[in-house]
Amino acid sequence: MWRYILKRLLLAVPVLFGVSVVVFVAIRRIPGDPAQIMAGQAATQEVVEEIRRSLGLDQPLPVQYLYFLRNLLRGDLGRSLFNGAPVVEELAQRFPRTVRLAFASLLVATFIGVPAGIAAATHRLSWVDTLVMVLALAGVSVPVFWLGLNLILVFSVRLGWLPAFGYETGRHLILPSVTLGVASAAVIARMTRSSMLEVLGQDYVRTARAKGLPERSVVYRHALRNALIPVVTILGLQLGTLLSGAVLTETVFAWPGIGRLLVEAVLARDYPVVQGTILLIATTFVVLNVAVDILYAFLDPRIRYT
Amino acid sequence: MWRQLQRSRSAQLGLGILTVFALCGLLAPVLAPYDPYASDLEKSLRPPSREHWLGTDELGRDILSRILYGARLSMVIGAIAVGIGVVLGVPIGLLSGYFGGWADLLAQRAMDVLLAFPSTVLAILMVVILGVGLQNVMIAVGVVSVPTYARLVRAQVLSLKEQTFVEAARALGAGTARILFRHLLPNTGAVLIVQTTLQVASAILSAAALGFLGLGVQQPTAEWGAMLSSARQYIQLAPHTLVFPGLAILFTVLGFNLFGDGLRDALDPRLRL
Repeated sequence: MWRYILKRLLLAVPVLFGVSVVVFVAIRRIPGDPAQIMAGQAATQEVVEEIRRSLGLDQPLPVQYLYFLRNLLRGDLGRSLFNGAPVVEELAQRFPRTVRLAFASLLVATFIGVPAGIAAATHRLSWVDTLVMVLALAGVSVPVFWLGLNLILVFSVRLGWLPAFGYETGRHLILPSVTLGVASAAVIARMTRSSMLEVLGQDYVRTARAKGLPERSVVYRHALRNALIPVVTILGLQLGTLLSGAVLTETVFAWPGIGRLLVEAVLARDYPVVQGTILLIATTFVVLNVAVDILYAFLDPRIRYT
Repeated sequence: MWRQLQRSRSAQLGLGILTVFALCGLLAPVLAPYDPYASDLEKSLRPPSREHWLGTDELGRDILSRILYGARLSMVIGAIAVGIGVVLGVPIGLLSGYFGGWADLLAQRAMDVLLAFPSTVLAILMVVILGVGLQNVMIAVGVVSVPTYARLVRAQVLSLKEQTFVEAARALGAGTARILFRHLLPNTGAVLIVQTTLQVASAILSAAALGFLGLGVQQPTAEWGAMLSSARQYIQLAPHTLVFPGLAILFTVLGFNLFGDGLRDALDPRLRL
């Protein structure tokens, strides 16, 4: 069991390295000279050279990467080209807001998706099943930013019930988290349904029924527990996807999280911020996936022995 | 399998939607009542009327025409992006799965690194490097899909290569290339087709997302995501500019997903009721 966990953690390390290399190379492959950009159009050649030296840009690429890595491990991600603030500070300020949004969305998604999936599975081939499946398909197919805008149109502009922009109160959280949660709910519903169906077809369920147990007990005490295992892992993975899908939702609702920061930084060509944000998102994603794999090992004993 | 497919109503519905989409795209120059780029500022933001069935946008351009041309564009984006994914991803999966060892390990780590980035973020990263515009959107979205294909094909190859027919082929003296191309690849075909259908849906959504963020296809090109981006400001004044392009995306993606799902169910031996 612990060997599995260790193995899983060790596998993550080269991936994280790979991520840092990809981001490092990508940012430096951007056309244009960062020193020139920082110095501005009117600067003399000497000033540009000075900046280039101070940024370590005159060194060969592998050396630059080592500096980058060293700074990274020290928690220094550079400064924003836009306002000079340390990137780490901006990320630290905005990341919790995205996390809030992601968790709220996951809650919405779970409370809609899991019951829907169970209902569909236990009423297989009935209108309930069809309805859930149709809605789930629509949920996966709808563009998340369009859904958000439509919700704003209906609930903010037309009805005036909920605020569209801002993040201060809990009410501000409702529309964005529903928007982001819908696509996830759809995935979760489908997964729950197929997992339940598979479990309900198993021998031990048949045994429970043959023993004369009430259907309710069969479903909730025996089947559900095992059916939920893959669903839990999907929940974990969805959290990762939510953290990124937040990019679109945050833009629509002007939610000041890291998703929106990324878009703003890209449009403003603020490369240190772009670099830092992508590193943070990718690292979070990797860590979450590892955590989910380990959780899965705890829940499903069969995995531990592979 | 084909009979199963014929029985699947969702696959048929999906195919129906796709046919409409394809016809719109292919026949856009014929069907569109107006030039999608012809702007007439006097007629801006008009709601649907008999002259303009879906209304006009902020520059007075006919929305219906822009949507039809957008279908054309989405077809191209979907096809090329998925093409890139297949051309790069399938060989990686084939070789990785068949040869195993170091090649496999390296390829798998590389795919893991790509998968460490959520797809929207990876697409944005690619656009940051390559720049905006149609061509780069297709490349970005294509690259995002490579790991999916690589993993899929690899998994298939791993399960197929131990089977008797491969052993038989080897015993008959078949070389590696022959085994790969004449035996293993055709047997992954079914799964690949399903994945491709679903991947096109995903590509269209990703391209629209990039367009919406201003990082994709640029104005004045009629791309559905970019249309939604400009519609944002007029959400109170002219909601029709928002509703119709979004519906176009929704239905097209729905069509591909329906068809792909139907295809997958038809091919899955376990679901044979």
